[in-house]
Parts: sequence; structure tokens; C-alpha cells
Amino acid sequence: MLKDQDRIFTNLYGMHDRSLKGAKSRGHWSGTAKLIKKGRDWVINEMKDSGLRGRGGAGFPTGLKWSFMPKESDGRPAYLVINADESEPGTCKDREIMRNDPHTLIEGALIASFAMNANACYIYIRGEFIREREALQAAIDECYDAGLLGKNAAKSGWDFDLYLHHGAGAYICGEETALLESLEGKKGMPRMKPPFPAGAGLYGCPTTVNNVESIAVVPTILRRGGDWFKGFGRENNAGTKLFAISGHVNNPCVVEEEMSIPLQELLERHCGGVRGGWKNLKAVIPGGSSVPLLPANICSDAIMDFDWLREQRSGLGTAAVIVMDESTDVIKAIWRLSKFYKHESCGQCTPCREGTGWMMRVMDRLVRGDAEPEEIDMLLDVTKQVEGHTICALGDAAAWPIQGLIRHYRNEIEDRIKHKRTGRVSSVAAE
Amino acid sequence: MSIRRLHTEQPDSFKFTAANKKWAKEQIAKYPKGRQASAVIPLLWRAQEQEGWLSKPAIETVGTMLDMAFIRVLEVASFYFMFQLAPVGKIAHVQVCGTLSCMICGAEDLIGICKEEIADKPHALSADGNFSWEEVECLGACTNAPMVQIGKDFYEDLTEDTFREILAAFARGEVPTPGPQNGRYAAEPLSGLSSLTEFNTGNYETNASVTRALEYGDTVKRIQGNEVPILVAGKKPAKSKPAKKQAK
Repeated sequence: MLKDQDRIFTNLYGMHDRSLKGAKSRGHWSGTAKLIKKGRDWVINEMKDSGLRGRGGAGFPTGLKWSFMPKESDGRPAYLVINADESEPGTCKDREIMRNDPHTLIEGALIASFAMNANACYIYIRGEFIREREALQAAIDECYDAGLLGKNAAKSGWDFDLYLHHGAGAYICGEETALLESLEGKKGMPRMKPPFPAGAGLYGCPTTVNNVESIAVVPTILRRGGDWFKGFGRENNAGTKLFAISGHVNNPCVVEEEMSIPLQELLERHCGGVRGGWKNLKAVIPGGSSVPLLPANICSDAIMDFDWLREQRSGLGTAAVIVMDESTDVIKAIWRLSKFYKHESCGQCTPCREGTGWMMRVMDRLVRGDAEPEEIDMLLDVTKQVEGHTICALGDAAAWPIQGLIRHYRNEIEDRIKHKRTGRVSSVAAE
Repeated sequence: MSIRRLHTEQPDSFKFTAANKKWAKEQIAKYPKGRQASAVIPLLWRAQEQEGWLSKPAIETVGTMLDMAFIRVLEVASFYFMFQLAPVGKIAHVQVCGTLSCMICGAEDLIGICKEEIADKPHALSADGNFSWEEVECLGACTNAPMVQIGKDFYEDLTEDTFREILAAFARGEVPTPGPQNGRYAAEPLSGLSSLTEFNTGNYETNASVTRALEYGDTVKRIQGNEVPILVAGKKPAKSKPAKKQAK
């Protein structure tokens, strides 16, 4: 189990001193200028060495992403934009960072911006997080007062301004180019790529968009060394990670743990186990609403990292673990996610705009069993028509949970249709 | 995606209070010259905080302030779900999170209570005009499910009873303490800390969100702009003057 001294977010629950002074006493903002003075290449190489993969869901190597930014400015400024639009159902980790341990993020923003030649950084926080916005802004103000932000930030010789911007309730703005559109004052509709943000992002300038957690872990990684971070988790899945566990466990919580921790250990050590015991487990969505669920029989062996979950045709996503016990109607659970994606589709691409509504309506009938058995395959076919045919990944994200459901629970769907028609449940009748 | 239109009955005019206007100027300064449109969401949001909902005149006022075509502002106002395009309850608009984690932890019961106590349909006003409600998508407090947002604050770890009591308290004109309603502090395990035990030395009574709510007391208040201090996406009033203007 991860020891407290190896935890990066030492004030995750906000029980410790939340002020700048408190953050400093826990080791944050220590030697920031020295880290910066080691130079851009050192920072980026150290990040590459650490093996940090982006914490926003896609798991793209953070150091590599930074290295895409132009080394020299062509006259345009560069920007770092921090994605704090945490809206993926099940995910509530960045909220804890921003309200309880904001200085990890602010210090990370300074160092990351320096590494990318950016003198300004925007944090885009979701609109509903009003108190979190206030807490983060208060921490930013504190840093300006203490000379940690602004001209010659933290005496590093780097001029740096950090601005907090907020959205107004659109899941799609968590997609990086939609976020940039929104930040420019438009509807949050994703842009075609290329050009990628590193070439032309915010206001047409080179931009990198990173998740809150990816940025907030940077200072500690640099202070303790990439090798330290790489020491946790399996090969290619390095580091510590915030897990947000919700649903049918005895004690839902957000907790920082080592990557590649077995799912069962995670749930039993921190969450008091599944409600009604491990045998009462029905399914787990391991990484937020976009990833396919894992049925209980796979859960016993599950390892919480990018690669293992990908091998199961699921994913780590944001490491938002939604636990469902035997009392859950798993078809209805996935229907609810379909409803979510239908609500949140921005409407730009036809396959997604029409497909998400279509999928939700079929799911709605499957929940009631009011369908033909052939419609299961038709639904599967429609998910394939949506997947990969849209500008952004929302279409894919809407398709995957349904594909996972059909892959693992086709019997249950068929039973329900049969039950509706005949009044009998085959699995019960067979007992 | 859903279709959202302006309300059928619109007020004649909209005006930011002097303090809100000043605040708006500071917001615009956060963005590079010529990029003032970036401030559209914060300004619309402040207009809504002032009036409770977004009217056509408010949208036009913001458009004029930012030198944007009205249709571009309307696009934004109708795209983002937090903008209320019709009047909401005088005391409070209750937003129940209904997405998966909350749903499997009892959000449907909370919605049932809203239907019973407030109005049959979402966005409709209660008989006395004091409340309205809607089901919203994931609010990002999943380990504290089920939860609702009322005004600026999250009421978390609800049960049917505690939710009824919260609604009753609002109806009496009180503002119940937000945050977890089951004795939890923030997002730690309810049974006690399973990590960070060595760092449990703070002496705050409440978590960071609740502390602010209690300090400002503006959970369901209309914002005139002169409340102190308004930090919402802005900077401290008075002395500290972060170098906001130099953005390139």
C-alpha cells in the first residue's frame, strides 16, 4: 500500500492547513525557482522519464505532449490551458485538488508553462464548481501576493500570469478543442484536427491542454525525481493516481493510490468493500462513463492501470470507479449513460447528434424489454456507425458503454425481452 | 443536445449594478486585447447571478459590452445548460444530479420528492413561485452521491429525509449548511481515514467548499456585486493587484 510520505496530494481531504503557509509546510513551493533554472529541456526530459501519462482519460504521455510545443516563438505567444472541466460521470478527483490542495496545481502550472515557453496559463473550471472556483482563486491571489505568480514568478526569472476561467455546464467542453472554443467565447464545439493545439490552439497560438491532475503532480515529480515516480505501478503505467470510487461500496471516497493496484484491494482497503460483500458485486465501470464495464467475474483479477484494462477492452479513463452491486439493473445503468451522452452531444456531427438519441431510445426499450431480439444486433451496428465517425471522441464514448453491455450482458437483455413477451424469465425457469 | 429558446415573456430592460459592471471590466482584462469575447460566459453568468435567469435584454447588454453580435451571445446562452432562459423559483432552483453514480444511490427518489414538493415538471415554478427544479447531468461529486446543487452550493450524501428537511428549511427562509449531510467531512471514507492519517492536523470545522459558503452566506442570494469579497473568477478587491493587464 502506498505510504503517506509517498502521496503527492497530502491535503486531499482539506483537513490540513489549506493556506499557502500550510502548503509550504507540506513541501510545496519548495525550490521552485531552482527547478525552473535547470532549464526547459531538463524539465521535459524528467517528465518523459517519469512515465507520467495524462490523467484526463486518454493516457497520452505528458512529457511527450509538452515536447510538441514549438521550441522558439515565431512571434505568437504560447499558452498552457488546464482542463478543470471535470464532468465525466463518476469523476470527482480534480475537485478535491482544487478546493483542498490548490497549491499543487498552481505550482505545477508555473513549471509546466515555463517548460512550454508560455507566460500565461488559463485554468478552465466547470461552471458548477463555484466554491471550488472561489477556493482556487483565493489560492491564486495568495500566490500573487507572495510573489509566486506575476513578474519574475517565485524568483525564477520567468514572468507568469495565471487566470481562472469558468464554463457553464457543458460536458463537451472537457474535449480539448471544444474547451478552447469555449474559452474564446463560443459554443463548445470541437475543432477538426489538424491543426493540433500545439500548432494552433487558443487564439490561434501554440497551446497545450492538460488535465488538472497531470499538472498538479509535476512539482513533486521534479522534486523527487522521475525515477521515484516510475517506481510505482507496472511498466508503462507509472506513478500514483487519484481514484474516485462511487456507487455501491460501503465507503465511497477519493483516494490516492499506486497505479496497477488490484481493484479488489482498492475497494477493500479504502472503501470498506462492496456493499453486501464481494460476492454481491455485479459490475464495475473502471474509468468513468466512457469506458465499457467489467462484469464481476473479471473484476476479481482486475488491475487498475491503462494497459491491463485496455486488454479487457475497457480502459482506465479518469480512474473513476463506479461500483454496481447485484441490486443494480445494469441495462438501465447503461441507458442512463446513453441519456447523458444524448444530452451532452454538441450536435455538430450528424452521426453523434442523431446516433446518441437513437441509441438512447433503443436502450430505453431494452430496459423495458419492449424490443425484438434482433434489435440488439442492430443497436450494436449503430454504435459502430457512430464510433470513429465524429470529430471528437464523444461519439465513441457514447458507443463504448453500450458495446460493453452487449458484450457482457447479452443474455440479460435477451431474457428481459423474452420475459416481457412470455411472462417467464428463462434463467429462473432453468433453476 | 436539446433545444432551448428564450422565454416568451421578457422584461423591458436589463442593467448591471455599478459594482457588477466594474467587476465585468476586470474580467474582460483577463484576456488579450481584441479577445474580449472570451469573457462572455463569466458576464452572462454574472447577469444570471444578479437576476436569477437570463433575459433577452441581459443577453443583448452583454453583447454590447463585449462588442459581439447578439446572435453569437444567444448561441452561447442557449448552448450552455447552466444558463436559465426562463425565470426560476424565487427562493431557490434545485438541481438534482441524476447521472449514474447518483442514480444508483437514490437520485430517482430525490427527483420524486421534487415532483411532490415543488412541481410536477422540471423548470416549472412551484405554486407559491418560490421553488423550481430540474434534473442535471453529473455535477462531479460522485463519491458524495446522491447530491443536489442549490444556488452555489452542493448538498451531498443525501437521503430522502435529509433532502426533505433541506427543502423545508429553505422554505422557512433558512439556508441549511451545505456539504455532506451524513457527518462526512469531504470525500474521505465515512468510516474514517484510510490514508493521510499523518496529515490530519488541521482544525477547520468544515471542508473548503462549506467554509466558503458559510463565510459568504450567498448560497441562494442574488449578486449585486458589492458583497465582500467576491472572488468568483475575479481578484480580491482592495489592495492586491495581480498583474492582470499584461496578457499578450
